[in-house]
Amino acid sequence: MDYEKILSKAAVKMRPSGIRKFFDLVAEMPECISLGVGEPDFQTPWDIRDAAIHSLELGRTKYTANAGLKELRIEIGNWLKRKYDLNYSQDEILVTVGGSEAIDLALRALVEPGDEVIIPEPCYVSYDPITTALMGVPVPISTKPENDFRVTAEEIRNAITEKTKILVLSYPNNPTGAALRDQDMQEIAEVLQGTDIVVLSDEIYSELTYGYQYRSIASYPGMRERTIVINGFSKTFSMTGWRLGYAAGPKPLIGIMTKIHQSCIMAAPTTSQYAAITALRDCDDDVEEMRKQYDLRRQYCVRKLNEMGLKTFEPHGAFYVFPDIRSSGMSSDAFCERLLAEKKVAIIPGTAFGASGEGFARISYAYSIDHLREAMKRIKEFLDELREEK
Amino acid sequence: MDAMKLLQMLSEDPRATVTDLADILGEQEEQVAAEIDSLEKNKIICGYHTVINWDKTNIDHVDAYIGVSAKPERGKGYDKIAERIARFPEVSSLYLTSGTSEFLVSINAKTMREVADFVGEKLAPIDGVTATVTMFVLKKYKVNGVTMEMEAEIEDDRLPVSA
Repeated sequence: MDYEKILSKAAVKMRPSGIRKFFDLVAEMPECISLGVGEPDFQTPWDIRDAAIHSLELGRTKYTANAGLKELRIEIGNWLKRKYDLNYSQDEILVTVGGSEAIDLALRALVEPGDEVIIPEPCYVSYDPITTALMGVPVPISTKPENDFRVTAEEIRNAITEKTKILVLSYPNNPTGAALRDQDMQEIAEVLQGTDIVVLSDEIYSELTYGYQYRSIASYPGMRERTIVINGFSKTFSMTGWRLGYAAGPKPLIGIMTKIHQSCIMAAPTTSQYAAITALRDCDDDVEEMRKQYDLRRQYCVRKLNEMGLKTFEPHGAFYVFPDIRSSGMSSDAFCERLLAEKKVAIIPGTAFGASGEGFARISYAYSIDHLREAMKRIKEFLDELREEK
Repeated sequence: MDAMKLLQMLSEDPRATVTDLADILGEQEEQVAAEIDSLEKNKIICGYHTVINWDKTNIDHVDAYIGVSAKPERGKGYDKIAERIARFPEVSSLYLTSGTSEFLVSINAKTMREVADFVGEKLAPIDGVTATVTMFVLKKYKVNGVTMEMEAEIEDDRLPVSA
């Protein structure tokens, strides 16, 4: 059979995940020290796990409503209000299988062939391929190191055409750790007012911010009606394996996303949904404790990397630092491959998250401080040996 | 220096060296050492203890909790009697509590007989002590935040690389 001929052209064209190649390299070196993960190291807080176990004991093992448990949606609404002063009723909220399903649904609800989706890069790897699969056109914006990888209103204005359907905003950002400031958001909101552009605001790292209070783009004047807020439980509550996220937005958008969700997923996992109610109600202290630990590690990594000569800006969100490796004279790929081969430390080339990540690498600090210290020691050795070569 | 951060780190790992702590906090070693000194002098850090599961050794070891009922003394309350109890080296911790008895005493000894002797010959005869209830520890599940005799939680089973 000629599979080439029968496969969907759009699916074949989807950009493969940039981390795949590195994943394969690292898989062959199980003894290496990895700084390559995109998920928290903490266990899910016990109260959340206990709530899941309790729901199973009670026999809560059936489908929930398509949009998710009403009780959970109300609790999500309360949480968004309490944390970010956002107002969403339970019928403006859809519970999904991770934030990633919500991203997929938002794009599918809106993108028609030829529609343009503006994607500030470097960024999480799924916006571009899903857009391609829908025969939409990804329009990357290369964010600049001199702006600490924050997208600017000016860059967005220049990228907008009459075909622009969606602007993806993904801050705090994976892989850079960049976070938009109040003024950035204000200016972006002004650019979008009066257009028909919808913002896909991926806020999955909203609770992991350092030194400033997070604010959602949806809370700026004129933005609520054009924003799909996407968030989830994976990063905030250390619940990646539970596969639970959500989207909140205007009813017509959430409604059509729910229709797609109905057909392909039915409903998010029931056990995870019950656990999530406890997460939102009772786990502020656990989240704060984890955030403090991340903050300590963040400061440690930024300091160490700068001391050893890799210029690293201070990231204000997520759990990544994004050092500038250009002083090594190598490409991101070459740098990361040599570091892995020579010092058995795995970090991810910035290019895995978009072409504008060239010259940079993503280091995750979702690891114990002892693990980070050993890794930093080895990176320093690597750099010292590089300098001797020269 | 952030003393709270330092305390947090020492509470998690009392064996962390001054060099380790200074490196992690980005401080000078001398400053960290001085801060620890001051925390110790002010009795904010009161000791560094090791959690040992003696059941896994061949050393005889018995732990007991003793509820001690006592009458307060005029003008002194319970402090005087507490001091008398606390001075015995056999007593590893002593609390004034609410509930059916006034004090909760914990004892680490070698044999049950040793505990019985301590209660009968030293604790119960103290002026003001009116009754004791001795509870021997049969099995330990969690001590100072450390679980024992339980299946350990998985340490790190994440994929080494993920987006």
